[in-house]
Amino acid sequence: MTFTLRALLGACAVGALAAAASAETTITVATVNNGDMIRMQGLMDDFYAKHPDIKVEWVTLEENELRQRVTTDIATKGGQFDVLTIGTYEVPIWGKQGWLIGLNDLPAEYDVDDLLPAIRGGLTVDGTLYAAPFYGESSMVMYRKDLMEAAGMTMPDAPTWDDIKAAAAAMTDKSKEQYGICLRGKAGWGENMAFLTAMSNSFGAKWFDMDWKPQFDQQPWKDTLTFYLDLMNNYGPPGASNNGFNENLALFQQGKCGMWIDATVAASFVTNPKDSTVADKVGFALAPDKGLGKRGNWLWAWSLAIPAGSQKVDAAKAFIDWATNKDYLALVASKEGWANVPPGTRTSLYENPEYAKIPFAKMTLDSINAADPNNPTVDKVPYVGVQFVAIPEFQGIGTAVGQQFSAVLAGQTSLDDALAAAQQLTLREMTKAGYIK
Amino acid sequence: MATQHSRAAARLMISPAVALLLIWMIVPLTMTIWFSFQQYNLLYPDRTGFAGWSNYVYFVTDFRFAPAIRNTLVLVLGVLAITMIGGILLALLLDQPFWGQGIVRLLVLAPFFVMPTVSALVWKNMFMNPVNGFFAHIAKAFGGQGFDFLGQAPLFSIIIMVAWQWLPFATLILLTALQSLDREQMEAAEMDGAGPLSRFVYITLPHLTRAITVVILIQTIFLLSVYAEILVTTNGGPGTASMNLPFLVYLASIVDNDVGMGAAGGVIAIILANIVAFFLMRAIGKNLDA
Amino acid sequence: MARRIPTARKTLTTAAAWTTGLVIFFPILWIVILSFKSEGDAIAPPLTMLSAPWTTEAYTTVQERSDYFKHFWNSVVISVGSTLIGLAIAIPAAWAMAFVPGRRTRDLLMWMLSTKMMPAAGVLVPMYLLFRNFGLLDTRIGLVGVLTLINLPIIVWMLYTYFREIPGEILEAARMDGATLRSEILYVLTPMAVPGIASTLLLNIILAWNEAFWTLRLTAANAAPLTAFIASYSSPEGLFYAKLSAASVMAIAPILILGWFSQKQLVRGLTFGAVK
Repeated sequence: MTFTLRALLGACAVGALAAAASAETTITVATVNNGDMIRMQGLMDDFYAKHPDIKVEWVTLEENELRQRVTTDIATKGGQFDVLTIGTYEVPIWGKQGWLIGLNDLPAEYDVDDLLPAIRGGLTVDGTLYAAPFYGESSMVMYRKDLMEAAGMTMPDAPTWDDIKAAAAAMTDKSKEQYGICLRGKAGWGENMAFLTAMSNSFGAKWFDMDWKPQFDQQPWKDTLTFYLDLMNNYGPPGASNNGFNENLALFQQGKCGMWIDATVAASFVTNPKDSTVADKVGFALAPDKGLGKRGNWLWAWSLAIPAGSQKVDAAKAFIDWATNKDYLALVASKEGWANVPPGTRTSLYENPEYAKIPFAKMTLDSINAADPNNPTVDKVPYVGVQFVAIPEFQGIGTAVGQQFSAVLAGQTSLDDALAAAQQLTLREMTKAGYIK
Repeated sequence: MATQHSRAAARLMISPAVALLLIWMIVPLTMTIWFSFQQYNLLYPDRTGFAGWSNYVYFVTDFRFAPAIRNTLVLVLGVLAITMIGGILLALLLDQPFWGQGIVRLLVLAPFFVMPTVSALVWKNMFMNPVNGFFAHIAKAFGGQGFDFLGQAPLFSIIIMVAWQWLPFATLILLTALQSLDREQMEAAEMDGAGPLSRFVYITLPHLTRAITVVILIQTIFLLSVYAEILVTTNGGPGTASMNLPFLVYLASIVDNDVGMGAAGGVIAIILANIVAFFLMRAIGKNLDA
Repeated sequence: MARRIPTARKTLTTAAAWTTGLVIFFPILWIVILSFKSEGDAIAPPLTMLSAPWTTEAYTTVQERSDYFKHFWNSVVISVGSTLIGLAIAIPAAWAMAFVPGRRTRDLLMWMLSTKMMPAAGVLVPMYLLFRNFGLLDTRIGLVGVLTLINLPIIVWMLYTYFREIPGEILEAARMDGATLRSEILYVLTPMAVPGIASTLLLNIILAWNEAFWTLRLTAANAAPLTAFIASYSSPEGLFYAKLSAASVMAIAPILILGWFSQKQLVRGLTFGAVK
């Protein structure tokens, strides 16, 4: 009992201490546990040197946990966070709701025109920039140059899906645990559905027609999934229905994948000799197409935004400015090398001759430029977003559809049944949400 | 036996506790029931109003609802079966004299202290992963292939994870009960020529009835609300193969941000839980009375 | 009691018991081993992994990245605080229920337990709104309150079954001797009830320590306990087996050690006093 009493007294003392130190402004930053964000937390000395009156508290969470946590808080105006890390999916929706504070008044040195147009466009609603991009990504093909060579093949810079299939077949050797292709299969709107939606764009499929009617009963979706299943069942690793970004990354780093089509940020991981056994053998190509005018690559930017209702807007802006301006890129380059600079946000980075030496720099930029969130599909659609549909319902629908497709990959249900279920559940949700009258 | 005086005192003492309990149960419950009849999606702040029964209708007619109910029951029964049988066998084993009893008890007890999230993360990544997991490495060492636990047998895998956490609980309670078993009665039965099996059936098992009841009761309460393990591992999939009721409620209220439907799901879950509790008390409650 | 056990049989039992014990404990042992390896080695096949050099790299990284002691301290305050307050409320209630039972006592208890089966996710937003209005978001006091109330049914039930075992005659006897109600509780009842209270205390500290829904969703930077600490390691980009193992070990070690030291008490508590 005395112990607990002392514990409680101690708690009070800690509280008093915190109160004494609060003459400075403390901002709470909610962020995702990705490598670039973690690296930023290690570089905070630079920020504190420039802003001695601001103290930053971190809340670092796994992506989905973060999204849910932050959504609850912002929608109920809980006011727990001063800076949020959100993506290109949330920004258009939340910006429209008036939940975010506009960032059009960042200082001139910030040079907002230096931001890559595709990325900036995705974070702007009606002319107001609502979030500053911390890093941007598209998707591309990463492949093993040595295995391609051994098979007597070369990978074009802009392959078609048939090229991918031929390469996957040539590189597969299951007896050596070597799989021609690794793709996402784990259910989730940001997991397998990100990949499949982007892929389906290149097959001419779309989520909704102009009347918001779901399109899973149309041929292009069936073609997309038939091709995907064929690739994965013949040339993919076991357990693919539970593989997301991370699982595939581990497989690729261990040299078990011939190809991997995923986020461009993965390039810095697979070429890092510390963790990757294939660091010097990786080549890059644009995401494949099918000759219909769209490629199967996506666009995403983890960005920093300020929730409406934050009491510390100035400090939050100072932080966002510091974390996303050119000096920060230079800071990371000086401390950790150019390969670890957060990619995909600024034109000036790609014009830097030092950065151009990075093997994946050009392909990343080309991939980002090849994605157009405002015209994502072959046909006209009523929505914005390449690998997602920027409507609030998409998280739920995307995840439920993702479950269906994941079940097909696991062999638990047939493709036709899954497509029928996807069509039905999407129709139901869209009707409920009032899109379909 | 109770005098007027002590009754009044008892009522006085019971009141703050009962008042608090009531506040806790009534306030959120009322709020939940209230919201379950409201149209309230966090992402549509301006669409509000009375929703009638529509939240309930949508929740129950969801194609995942029926599988969720079935999986909830399979999960509870599966874990109960494993922990009861495993627990009895383990308790019988640990009840024998052997060297290092204290340490083995600690080893067996350990999983009960592990946070459910940690347990799920560890099982999923370090053990059940079909390429880099421990089981896959073992299979490969013998020339086999890693088995895709979470893809091919999702519900079974989750049952294993949860059972691992609850087996220590069952074992310990049963072991404690076994240790109070009358040795002389056992020896007498042995003298009379009763074999080990019939001694188990006619002496040990009846002695354990009350402990078994306690295990079933408590585990059911906790198992009906399992969701962390599913969230971390399969997200209810593939398809709906590992979807249970709490997870469906989670999807509605947190992934879809539909507070109204989530609340409706919560109310349905409470009703079902009370039905289960009612039957459980009918079936085994009398064993609790000494 | 004094039956001689043949050594051969004892050896056999020892082997069987130890094997089972180690199998059950194995996952924990395994993450302890992985936590002392480098990320690259941690995903290698077991034999390669075991022969790789040992390192505390993962622990250093984890400690650099997140302030373990802050989370640890929050866990301690929240779990101990909620348990103590819970006991303070539940002891009188359980005492009254056990010694002055009404006709509906049993139903009341069962109903209380059944409220534990309500999925927390369904109440999140109402609770979040309540917390916001009372300024309790991201405070330890708020979490202590929630966890107290969540575990109250279990606490009341456990104490009730314990108190019921105390023979009423003792109280009668004390009363004959002219003891007041206060001294009746203080000198007669309390000493008999202490073991039951101790086990209830322990079990509830464990339950509160491992609670991972409310502790994660009602906190931000200040009051976040170890469950939030783990959430930042759950699936980052890149290799993470070693870091995840290290973080897991750090999160479960305190409660595991507490549990081991107090296992005798705990076993009695777990049985709700119903098994002797």
